[in-house]
Amino acid sequence: MKTFGLIVNRLVYAFVLLFAVLVLNFTLMHMAPGDVADTISQSMGGADEELLIEIRKDYGLDQPYYQQLVTYIGKVLRFDLGHSFFFNEPVSKLVLERVPATLLLVITAQILALLLGVVLGVYSARKPNGILSHFVTLFALFGYSAPVFWTGILLLIAFSLQIPLFPVAGMRDVTIEGNFWVHAIDVMKHMVLPVLTLASIFLALYSRLARATMIETLGTDFVRTARAKGLPERQVVYKHALRNSLSPVVTLAGLQFSAVVSGAVLVEAVFSWPGLGTLAFQSIIARDTPTILGILFFSALVVIIGNLLTDLALRFVDPRVGASK
Amino acid sequence: MVDKLLEVKNLRVELQTKDGVVPVIDDLSFDLDYGESLSFVGESGCGKSMTALALMGLLPEKVGRIASGSIKFEGRQLANASSEDLRKIRGNEISMIFQEPMTSLNPVLSVGEQISEVLRLHQKMSVNSAWKRAEDLLDAVNIPDPKRRVHDYPFQMSGGQRQRVMIAMALACEPKILIADEPTTALDVTVQAQIFGLLKDLQTKTGTSIILITHDMGAVAQMARKMIVMYAGRPCEIGEVAQVIKTPQHPYTTGLISCVPHLDDAIIDANNRLSEIPGIVPSLREFGSNKCLFASRCKHQMEQCRAERPVLAQFSNKQAFACWKREIIDAG
Ligand SMILES: Nc1ncnc2c1ncn2[C@@H]1O[C@H](COP(=O)(O)OP(=O)(O)OP(=O)(O)O)[C@@H](O)[C@H]1O
Ligand SMILES: [Mg+2]
Repeated sequence: MKTFGLIVNRLVYAFVLLFAVLVLNFTLMHMAPGDVADTISQSMGGADEELLIEIRKDYGLDQPYYQQLVTYIGKVLRFDLGHSFFFNEPVSKLVLERVPATLLLVITAQILALLLGVVLGVYSARKPNGILSHFVTLFALFGYSAPVFWTGILLLIAFSLQIPLFPVAGMRDVTIEGNFWVHAIDVMKHMVLPVLTLASIFLALYSRLARATMIETLGTDFVRTARAKGLPERQVVYKHALRNSLSPVVTLAGLQFSAVVSGAVLVEAVFSWPGLGTLAFQSIIARDTPTILGILFFSALVVIIGNLLTDLALRFVDPRVGASK
Repeated sequence: MVDKLLEVKNLRVELQTKDGVVPVIDDLSFDLDYGESLSFVGESGCGKSMTALALMGLLPEKVGRIASGSIKFEGRQLANASSEDLRKIRGNEISMIFQEPMTSLNPVLSVGEQISEVLRLHQKMSVNSAWKRAEDLLDAVNIPDPKRRVHDYPFQMSGGQRQRVMIAMALACEPKILIADEPTTALDVTVQAQIFGLLKDLQTKTGTSIILITHDMGAVAQMARKMIVMYAGRPCEIGEVAQVIKTPQHPYTTGLISCVPHLDDAIIDANNRLSEIPGIVPSLREFGSNKCLFASRCKHQMEQCRAERPVLAQFSNKQAFACWKREIIDAG
């Protein structure tokens, strides 16, 4: 029941938040210099003032700001994100086509970073002065400070060019034929490098936090109690200590969710991954306002859903969360 | 020969500190019979908890170790037992409850799970029967509505209730020894009395031996038959509780007892004031030096006290204490 209440509560927030995101994005895009008319005239090798005005009129860009805003929001409420000037397709179709690829990348990277981060964190917490522990610290520092695109390009050079283990770009090989599994394996091969690149930043964050909270938890009174009960060390660590160290990590993962999504934009650009990021890149270059707005809208949606899932996960991990009221 | 329940001989526990290795427990010997209760008293930092942890095989890793001496539990040597053997004894034959009920239970596991886990581990009970038993145990420690409360998490319980849960958990496998390390220090006075009452009740019912660690002389008088007064890692007086309280021999014991009003009116000094012991426990660094560590705070101190460690000597009435001024105090 409490969980149901939480979901309703969050949905209301989500709605308000999305509305704010819409208004803000629209306003910012409106204020930014240049519009689709400029792009079109450029592609025609220049156009005179009259033609520009005509193009703007065609796209409704000559109307006052607030009227454009109201029209836009009205359309969005009817699930119409507008029409892309550049791709000449409905924005929702464009975006929805790309969402799965991005989600695949983001979710896999996030889960990988979490799992591996926690495992490495726990391991190095148990032997804080061991070689692996120092390695984790070093690796974390590296992963955190290296720019994503740099890590990505480095991995590309190493594992696609020097040692050609993985494909260079894209998400699937169109020349491959076969059943579902053949395609699935093909996609997985394409995923390896982008996922590793994206996960590396967050892996660094999560493993450091997991290590710190785990070291702290291993020194608490209830861990001593668990030992006093005669539990085997494995249960002391994984049943008693780990569950208590998990909530800070899950919280951080939730907070980082938006960062993972924006990190995906860069990674997609490096690996030509056919997701929202690549689309965003193309439409920004083309000043394709409706598409950009549509992408921003969807990213906000993804982040909101991610945060809701985090809240639910936290409740699962720690019974104290949400019980105080 | 029948083995004693617990027999500790010349136990020495060393701690690795930044000033070098120091003995937190220095030459401690005592024994404990079935169903008997023994109390350790002494100020903060005297090594009472260390004694308990040494018995449990839970000395802080890489910092503390048993340097010499023996701990025999029903004839089994615990001082150099493998961690696997100790693990099987812990929580099963010897259990322990701690000072901090607020933090000693795992916050993310239900109390039912925390109690039944011990039963599944040591008694190989099934999930259902262990849970059933957890309910009974909560009932035995006087937690109302145990069928419902067994699903609660520690944060839903008061400090006193949590300590009751700890007691239920510790007694789950009907251990032969229950070590209670200041079980009521963090609780308010009325709850303290209830917890001691409960421990006493359960002891009569189950016949468990209790080692009670405390600085509360009143609790000692109520709970234990024998007592050991610790000072700076050394036993300074050992004897029957009634006797020691009536005729404390070591100046430190006298000081401790006179801190408690109405325990024995005769000891409260002539001006009818509560006397207390001036000064503080020496720092760990001084532990182990060859002198009386209490000397600096003692009004009877003399040359010899600062030159040589007093030996623990026993009187005909079985009371033993470690002090050079034995005769003088005896006379006075
Ligand atoms: N993990 C540790 N590392 C180093 N020194 C420690 C550690 N734990 C305890 N000590 C030191 O050992 C000494 C004895 O501690 P112990 O906990 O046995 O005292 P205590 O008699 O139980 O006191 P209290 O009444 O405060 O519980 C203290 O000086 C303490 O500072
Ligand atoms: Mg203590």
